[in-house]
Amino acid sequence: MAEMDTSGGGGHKKGPGVKKGKKLSTRVDLTPMVDLGFLLITFFIFTTTMSQPTAMRLFLPKDVKNPDEQNKVKNSAVITVMLAKQDKIYWYEGDSAATLKQTDFKKVRDILIDKKNRTDSKDFVVVIKPTIDATYKNTVNILDEMTIDNIHRYAMVDISPDEYKLITITEAANGIK
Amino acid sequence: MGRAKLPRKSTNIDMTAMCDVAFLLLSFFILATKFKPPEALSVVTPSSVSTKVAPSKDVVMVIIDKDGKVYLSVSDVNMSEKQDMINDLNTSKNLGLTEVEKNNFVKIPNAYIGAPFSQLKSYLNKTPEELQKVAKPGIPAVDSTNNEMVDWIRAAKAAFQGKKMSVLVKGDDASKYPSFQGVIIALKKNDEMKFQVVTSSVPVPAGTELYKVNEKLGTKAVE
Repeated sequence: MAEMDTSGGGGHKKGPGVKKGKKLSTRVDLTPMVDLGFLLITFFIFTTTMSQPTAMRLFLPKDVKNPDEQNKVKNSAVITVMLAKQDKIYWYEGDSAATLKQTDFKKVRDILIDKKNRTDSKDFVVVIKPTIDATYKNTVNILDEMTIDNIHRYAMVDISPDEYKLITITEAANGIK
Repeated sequence: MGRAKLPRKSTNIDMTAMCDVAFLLLSFFILATKFKPPEALSVVTPSSVSTKVAPSKDVVMVIIDKDGKVYLSVSDVNMSEKQDMINDLNTSKNLGLTEVEKNNFVKIPNAYIGAPFSQLKSYLNKTPEELQKVAKPGIPAVDSTNNEMVDWIRAAKAAFQGKKMSVLVKGDDASKYPSFQGVIIALKKNDEMKFQVVTSSVPVPAGTELYKVNEKLGTKAVE
């Protein structure tokens, strides 16, 4: 006959012939729970730190129409970098746009530092001219490069048609489409 | 042989305490995490060495997507400013927007404007789900002659009067420079000379000038 064992977990002695109820432990194995907990912790730790975009400050100069009010810079202290297709950079010193040299983002740091060391720090100016073929990434990267190289005087200027023509000629000569 | 009997010890450890700690930490991180809202526009931002965290309120964000289209959004906490902006432009540009259409920009979180004034009415008629599916024209902002971004920034400036508005530009890596230039023109025309570019942070490369300066100062903060 079906009988319920109502005896508690206490260890009293049963009479002969009475079936012994199996003693069940109240302990639960917590290992999987802890595993899951730590897995989730790792997940949340990673997501918190990653969703933090940073901001880079940028100050624009005021447009000055009157040439007399414009800032004058020494020709010898200027380096112009122009951003073009395929992450290429064309640069020249002073106003000799014809002596255009090609470089890329890896080598531009050395060029800028070299020029910086050769010129008087209070005159040194970097002129950045992105062409219409430059990407936004290039533009931000070159501005970031100014921060990295600790260059305080730089200006973003629109490219002149002559310079752009020069770049297109150079690009054509090098087979860059 | 009289050998001492070693008492058999159980290998089970009480995990309750560990479990407690684990879940305490878990609840902390769940509460502390601020999930990035699912962005309707996917933009891959360039990296920079800047460590300044982008602000999240009083923000006017100009977004440039990978095709060079320009969008505008305002942080969701500034609902009254959003309302002012859209009312202002509604009257000055004769857009004839209804309350529902205005609310589609004002009330919906992460709403962004991505159409010229001529198409704004039909643009704002759509729900965010519908907008996901259709191609968005973007705000014309490529040159100085037909630059509607100028009007938007002006409206934003007027709406944020007396508050510190921060202009953020969030551009995609692949977008071309002319779109960015158009945004710069629009900002310049409104005398909004300071703005911030949203980037993802990378450490300063070792051996560079900035690295040396930071080492000297004993800090890594870059503004």
